[in-house]
Amino acid sequence: MAFTEQQRADLTAQAAEIIARYPKPRSALLPLLHLVQAAEGFVSAGGIAFCAGQLGLSEAEVTAVVSFYTMYKRRPVGEYHVGVCTNTLCAIMGGDAIHAELRSHLGVEADEATPDGKLSLERIECNAGCDYAPVVMVNWEFFDDQTPESARKLVDGLRAGDDITPTRGASRLVTWREAARILAGYPDDQATTGHTAGQPTLAGLRIARENGWTPDEPPLPAADDGGRS
Amino acid sequence: MTPVPSNPVPSNTVPSNTVLTPVLTAHWDEPDSFTLAGYRRAGGYQALPRALAMPPDDIIAMVKESGLRGRGGAGFPTGMKWGFIPQGDGKPHYLVVNADESEPGTCKDIPTMLASPHSLVEGAIIAACAIRANQAFIYVRGEVLHVIRRLHHAVAEAYEAGYLGANILGSGFDLDIVVHAGAGAYECGEETALLDSLEGYRGQPRLKPPFPAIEGLYACPTVVNNVESIASVPYIVAHGAAAFAALGTEKSKGFGIFSLSGHVTTPGQYEAPLGVTLRELLSLAGGVRAGHQLKFWTPGGSSTPIFTDEHLDVRLDFESVGAAGSMLGTRALQIFDETTCVVRATLRWMEFYKHESCGKCTPCREGTYWIVQLLDSLERGEGSDADLDKLLDICDNILGRAFCPFGDGAVSPVVSSIKYFRDEFIEHSKRGGCPFDPAASTLRGGSQGSSPGANTAGGSWRSSAR
Repeated sequence: MAFTEQQRADLTAQAAEIIARYPKPRSALLPLLHLVQAAEGFVSAGGIAFCAGQLGLSEAEVTAVVSFYTMYKRRPVGEYHVGVCTNTLCAIMGGDAIHAELRSHLGVEADEATPDGKLSLERIECNAGCDYAPVVMVNWEFFDDQTPESARKLVDGLRAGDDITPTRGASRLVTWREAARILAGYPDDQATTGHTAGQPTLAGLRIARENGWTPDEPPLPAADDGGRS
Repeated sequence: MTPVPSNPVPSNTVPSNTVLTPVLTAHWDEPDSFTLAGYRRAGGYQALPRALAMPPDDIIAMVKESGLRGRGGAGFPTGMKWGFIPQGDGKPHYLVVNADESEPGTCKDIPTMLASPHSLVEGAIIAACAIRANQAFIYVRGEVLHVIRRLHHAVAEAYEAGYLGANILGSGFDLDIVVHAGAGAYECGEETALLDSLEGYRGQPRLKPPFPAIEGLYACPTVVNNVESIASVPYIVAHGAAAFAALGTEKSKGFGIFSLSGHVTTPGQYEAPLGVTLRELLSLAGGVRAGHQLKFWTPGGSSTPIFTDEHLDVRLDFESVGAAGSMLGTRALQIFDETTCVVRATLRWMEFYKHESCGKCTPCREGTYWIVQLLDSLERGEGSDADLDKLLDICDNILGRAFCPFGDGAVSPVVSSIKYFRDEFIEHSKRGGCPFDPAASTLRGGSQGSSPGANTAGGSWRSSAR
């Protein structure tokens, strides 16, 4: 896919901003790949050529990086990319059943979009939400404590254009391409929305509060005395 | 077969001598805990001016004195790591926060950054000041969108408040922090692979030495620290090394977040002094899910050899867990009850290692591939006893023969599960299939029944205590 003149101009300006964040330009490669993925929905040959051009690399060098990382897709995925954790703990808690249910319900292979382009499905590895297992991610937002039934409702809702919110995330679920733009280092305005801590996150704190348990150490005297003089 | 351990955990006794010590988690239930205002209200950014007023070497000495050891799994003394950075060498120094939390079972840094990103930012400023770095990076895994928003937001707020940028709080110290999102690769949690990734390459490990303290990012002196290690620093600076060292055990000092997951009544984050036991934590968490018994668990993620109910009273500190044959790792306590097939669990972990092996070292790349094939045939009941010896032989050829600890970690589940559950592997072959019902071990397994606490030995989970 080729970029339009306007797209290319915008991408070039943003690429310059991204490169300027780093002491050495090549460090910008991962965010640049997120950026071209945001523009096209996946990393195309054109996207690879663009990144190579910005950094003075060969297309082979960039392709070698793209193929290493699972979040870069080489063909279009859905507007909502659904990741079901099937690492051991989530799999045993129900992730395998959830994945089987969604795979048959959607009728797609790994990283393949549904014909309407709305959804795609991936088996993901541990996403660090084990106390909320089984975990499903949509565009890298958490949907916790899922069952095959709740996951099917979730994808049906996404397909129908319902107002779906993550169980632990921003208040508005963004699209795959919007998410990629955030990953490139251009956050949207939703940082202060949504959730901060679910029940499992606070489980220990609650018990400590009930029992009045604290580390019980007063702070040292104020800072302006020169510290630990 | 009845692979049922005989040591159920009491669900209603809270040990009198054990207390949780919420420090990092203490303000997470405030709705605005992630904002600058919320963090300051909880005492945040009081350590920073104190640190900026100290000679940097004194900060390093203080962290050394506290006994803080790396919270990312390896447990290397944090202050000593900082002390390895050569000073007056004329090169730029870098601080890189490893926020690539991906070890299966590990789920402490993600909630930390979601609820309190400023504790990480404050710690990073203090750490950078100590090692005399003017540039820091937070390398966060890409698959956690809202955490990435929160990190960007916290860094922006810190710039606005004068905690980042030039001449921080009039101290003459300058620091910039860049939030850098990864792109999906477990291997990038290994510090040298992380540095290669941050330099824009495939995330593969480097030969050590030279260690990152001498040649790290861009071949310059670099400290790579885990999120929780860095977030613990403000407490040490604000309350003193002695206050931190007063908690924990003689060689494993301080507090840490213990993450309970799986077949436990109340999964979640429990912040406690190092040295707490699983029995104590499970008691607080309501025990193993109603009507079931502990079968096996990981003390620190899938790369740490599994434990069984024999190990309920092992103190969860670096030394005690090591002496008992595993590693404290990331305190990722994944709990599996008697409905779980250990062969299936091990196979799935090995599929993970096969998928995530970076491919650099042949024993790891090829060995994990062969292990998956053998385990898969064993789980389907098509294996033989000889396969167990072959598995152990392959493990022996991976252990100690790869650049990075990935290979050593990958063999942990295989070797330890055969050690404790050899009969269960053999039972699969005898029966010509898996004797377990996967539906029984799910979150709402066998949900047609509803009598709380009903235990059907080896049967399905009939009530969810959650």
